[in-house]
Amino acid sequence: MKWSNLYKIAIKSIMKNKMRSLLTSLGIIIGVSSVIVMVAIGEGSQRRIKESFSSMGTNMLMISPNWRKVQSVSKGASGGRNSLTYDDIEELKISCPSLSGVSAIIKSSGQLIGGTGNWSTSVEGVDPDYFLIRNWDLSSGRIFTKREVESKKKVCIIGKTVADELFQGIDPFGQKLRIRNTPFKIIGVLDSKGQNSWGQDQDDIVLAPSKTVLYRLKGRRDVDRIYVSATSDETMSIAEEEIDTALRKTHKLAPGEDPDFRIRNQSEMVEMASETSKTLTMLLGSIAGVSLLVGGIGIMNIMLVSVTERTREIGIRLSLGARSKDVLMQFLTEAIVLSLTGGAIGIILSFLIAHGLTKFTELVPYINPWVVFSAFTFSGAVGIFFGFYPAKKAANLNPIDALRYE
Amino acid sequence: MNRIIEMSQVKKNYYVGDVVVKALQGVDLTIDEGEFVAIMGSSGSGKSTLMNIIGCLDNINEGEYVLDSVNVKNLSRNEYADIRNQKIGFVFQGFNLLPRTTALENVELPLLYDRNNRIKHPEIKAKESLDKVGLSDRIDHEPNQLSGGQQQRVAIARALVTEPALLLADEPTRTLDSRTSKEVMALFQELNTQGITIILVTHERDIAKYAKRNIVLRDGKIIEDFIVEDRLIATEVLQSVTDGAIHEMV
Ligand SMILES: Nc1ncnc2c1ncn2[C@@H]1O[C@H](COP(=O)(O)OP(=O)(O)OP(=O)(O)O)[C@@H](O)[C@H]1O
Ligand SMILES: [Mg+2]
Repeated sequence: MKWSNLYKIAIKSIMKNKMRSLLTSLGIIIGVSSVIVMVAIGEGSQRRIKESFSSMGTNMLMISPNWRKVQSVSKGASGGRNSLTYDDIEELKISCPSLSGVSAIIKSSGQLIGGTGNWSTSVEGVDPDYFLIRNWDLSSGRIFTKREVESKKKVCIIGKTVADELFQGIDPFGQKLRIRNTPFKIIGVLDSKGQNSWGQDQDDIVLAPSKTVLYRLKGRRDVDRIYVSATSDETMSIAEEEIDTALRKTHKLAPGEDPDFRIRNQSEMVEMASETSKTLTMLLGSIAGVSLLVGGIGIMNIMLVSVTERTREIGIRLSLGARSKDVLMQFLTEAIVLSLTGGAIGIILSFLIAHGLTKFTELVPYINPWVVFSAFTFSGAVGIFFGFYPAKKAANLNPIDALRYE
Repeated sequence: MNRIIEMSQVKKNYYVGDVVVKALQGVDLTIDEGEFVAIMGSSGSGKSTLMNIIGCLDNINEGEYVLDSVNVKNLSRNEYADIRNQKIGFVFQGFNLLPRTTALENVELPLLYDRNNRIKHPEIKAKESLDKVGLSDRIDHEPNQLSGGQQQRVAIARALVTEPALLLADEPTRTLDSRTSKEVMALFQELNTQGITIILVTHERDIAKYAKRNIVLRDGKIIEDFIVEDRLIATEVLQSVTDGAIHEMV
């Protein structure tokens, strides 16, 4: 029989039973759309992690104390708690030609009072290089100078969220801001960076000169972290070696000894952060995959019922000269058309759901064309696999018995 | 004349549990091209069984059956299907139209299964066939929107659409009133004069009189086989009925 005839017959019989066809496809529709949406959610969060890391700054390296080592040794100039100091920063600046910027990071937080009200947020002490390292521009004002850092000037740069919360409608530039009761002068407002991979608002921050925060707000000598940037992508690994050498020198470590600091680059951080979300994607995807399988069993179930229900129809077709293969192909085509239509509707549905999620929730699902393609192909395979048994059953009926079937 | 059917000692058994029902117990039958045969017999005598075998819907257990010079006894399932499609038009006892399917689509159906694509434009051919049985104004009606007689004519149109050499009809007039029955017989007689061989099963003696030859079955055997002497011509009968009615009115 001609393919066009086969297709025509299958479509006709599907259209004759719209409700049954819809119910049959429903399993596939739900299966396909949930596979796509689940994977899209997982993949979206993975992508956002990567994006937020690249938004952290190009060629950035992060140096942090190696806590295990620091605590077990518990000695040195830092007095025990932390292993990174301004001496390290000076050494890095002098002996690492592959670095284009070095900045201390002093983490703090506190209550802000200023403008129209008060607001609680994190306050970070940084050096002028920080803005270059993190590739972060100001929307207005200026960054602080080296001299302001050295002289522990009480100036600060505020993030977009802080500006919006405290200074609605007023230009924050030059305004006073009290951070934990210490008065600061606002000299700039940061560009908006949006949320990071953990959904944190990166604009909810106040940046001040590192030494100002260290001595005036925290009252300690050690720094929490050091951010540096390599001169280019290619010099990243050289920079890592240079840092290692420099810090081993200042920390007086013997060659081969475990360092009391850790250098992490972006790809390691991306790897770490996306590990969990990868697992999550796989888990969500496989749960949804099971639902697609259940949808396939639904097709088989309804096809089986329909073979029994349509025994007479099959008998009529056979008596008019349909070969077994024609009947087999008819039922198989019906199953495939149903499952592919279900697949297509599922894909449309998943796009709508993804759109809705992006619009109304924090999630940013990313629909990978490959996943769409595989889900569609898989739904076709489900149709063939689960449609075959009922189709075979129909094809093997004896014409005269089928005609007599009541 | 070409011999279209040649049966010798055909036997057919049905097995229901341990019981063997001997539906046909040695049938010898030859039918030539252009014949018009009515098969008669009491209920359960094996008429439908014989028709199903002639129509290649069922196998035989014993004996030989040669249809149009082909011994069909040992043919495969596919070859059976093709014979049904190419050589035979079957009008069933209960019409057997596809429900929720228009008359046109029903008539078109056998053409969709034609592997040789003998007919190039199935839809046009199906319309012609419906036209032949006088149903061109009902092509888009589904079976449940048609009267019994109209359904019967759709079934006949479907049987004729493949231009079969042999038309089989199992009790085609059973559910019809006497006038519609006569119209169907008129159609059969016309088709027969055009060269189609017709075999029909009937209970009614006067319907059998429209055929050229009658065969009587009893307990799965042919007990009578004769040429109809006083053959009725359906068009004439219909004419006289109409005349009679007019006469009475006057
Ligand atoms: N599928 C079947 N299984 C078992 N027995 C059957 C089957 N079909 C027919 N028979 C038996 O075979 C015999 C002949 O049946 P058949 O249908 O040929 O009779 P018939 O002459 O057509 O009767 P009617 O005039 O009532 O249609 C009957 O005794 C019937 O019970
Ligand atoms: Mg019968």
